[in-house]
Amino acid sequence: MPGSWPLARRSNALAERGAIFNRVRSFFQEKGYLEVETPFRIPAPAPEAQIDAIPAAGWFLQTSPELCMKRMLAAGYRRIFQICRCWREGERGVRHLSEFTMLEWYRAGVDYLSLMEETEALIVAAASAPRISYRGLDIDLSLPWERITVAQAFERYAGTTVWAALEEGVFDELMVERIEPQLGLSRPTFIYDYPASCSALARLKQGDPTVAERFELYIGGLEIANAFSELTDPVEQRRRFESEASERASLGKLPYPMPEKFLSALARMPDAAGIALGLDRLVMVLLDAGSIDEVVAFTPEDL
Amino acid sequence: MYTAADLRKGLKIAIDNEPYIITAFDFAKPGKGQALYRTKLKNMITGSTLDRTYRSGETFEPANLEDRKMQYLYKEDDHYCFMDNDTFEQIHINEAAMGDAVNYLIDNLAVDVLIFRDKAIGVDVPNFVNLRVTQTDPWVKGDTSGSDSKPATVETGYVLRVPPFIEEGELITIDTRTGEYSTRVKG
Repeated sequence: MPGSWPLARRSNALAERGAIFNRVRSFFQEKGYLEVETPFRIPAPAPEAQIDAIPAAGWFLQTSPELCMKRMLAAGYRRIFQICRCWREGERGVRHLSEFTMLEWYRAGVDYLSLMEETEALIVAAASAPRISYRGLDIDLSLPWERITVAQAFERYAGTTVWAALEEGVFDELMVERIEPQLGLSRPTFIYDYPASCSALARLKQGDPTVAERFELYIGGLEIANAFSELTDPVEQRRRFESEASERASLGKLPYPMPEKFLSALARMPDAAGIALGLDRLVMVLLDAGSIDEVVAFTPEDL
Repeated sequence: MYTAADLRKGLKIAIDNEPYIITAFDFAKPGKGQALYRTKLKNMITGSTLDRTYRSGETFEPANLEDRKMQYLYKEDDHYCFMDNDTFEQIHINEAAMGDAVNYLIDNLAVDVLIFRDKAIGVDVPNFVNLRVTQTDPWVKGDTSGSDSKPATVETGYVLRVPPFIEEGELITIDTRTGEYSTRVKG
């Protein structure tokens, strides 16, 4: 557990955090995005084997606003963003709070490649500086940023293929120990085209169904965001949810109801791309904070 | 018995029947992946270190250590001397085995001396200790540098960051688990 960072010492960081949030909101308003709010407490989170929702009076605290925001896309909203709290059971460390602040945005009619460009523009606007200094690294924000496929990253940094890593059940370990520490060190890095088995709610790549149109953004070795060209096929999405749900069951984890209203809306959802960005982490990088504790007013241990 | 979720810096666990202390700990979770618990472990007898990554669901036995309540007396060469207040027995512990505890040792501090197979191999200090600030720069009112902390040296020689209003001679509380300033002792 990270140590408590005295509240009074965080005043400068909290002022900077507020300024970053203002720049983020301005960015989206200027681009014609509507800021939306969706309920924090929901009956059926997306079934994901490794993300655990916290039960709340019969329902759950959201792990992400994804399902409600996609229902808005299906209802005709074309550019929406949200800054909200999300909760994930058991996630606590120098880069994790089990209650944290997420920025999600969705845009109809584009794919994940367009979203990479929009993410670059957002972070440049949020930083309001051409370079940042983070944990002794000098990180150049000028465009273009590095783009590397997951397959290339495994070959370059882990000395194996991504397929061998999946086969041997060490994908996560190699990602954490060997690959993540190498990403985004001199420029931010997009790592993209995840194996289809890690596709979550992303559509498979046109012309190469072994990978999904999914990317993550890393700055200074820190994972900042996860994005998809959204899957709009309700049959395929249900099949993936069922597979995740059965993995949850085999791990002895709490079952969730199937998000039926989301699945029925998905049939009407236009092609779109969406992204979830950890705002606390972005603030950490921009403020050169070694721990997420330094950029929030209260940690769970402070309460 | 501990689970992976209990792992943290300072926890002592048994590996192959030998006591190890976690000297660095990191919770990691690659996007959509599983929780991983990364540790650096130090063998409390040999001092050798190793890196281990654990998954949720793994379990650990506590290190089989006995602890004895003792009082810190003095340092001599590279040894620290402690006394059992009931038996008046004195023992010496090598500096290398003391770890971060040396930052907090003031005369008569009550500590737990850790014993493994009849040999003292380390000490646990209280979670919070009060130490007097012996050196820190004064706070200039109206300072606009934006700095929200400054370095201070305490009576043991340990240097840490403190809020700007802390002055020389003041008593502060330090959280020994993190080594960080916790609060000012009033009065």
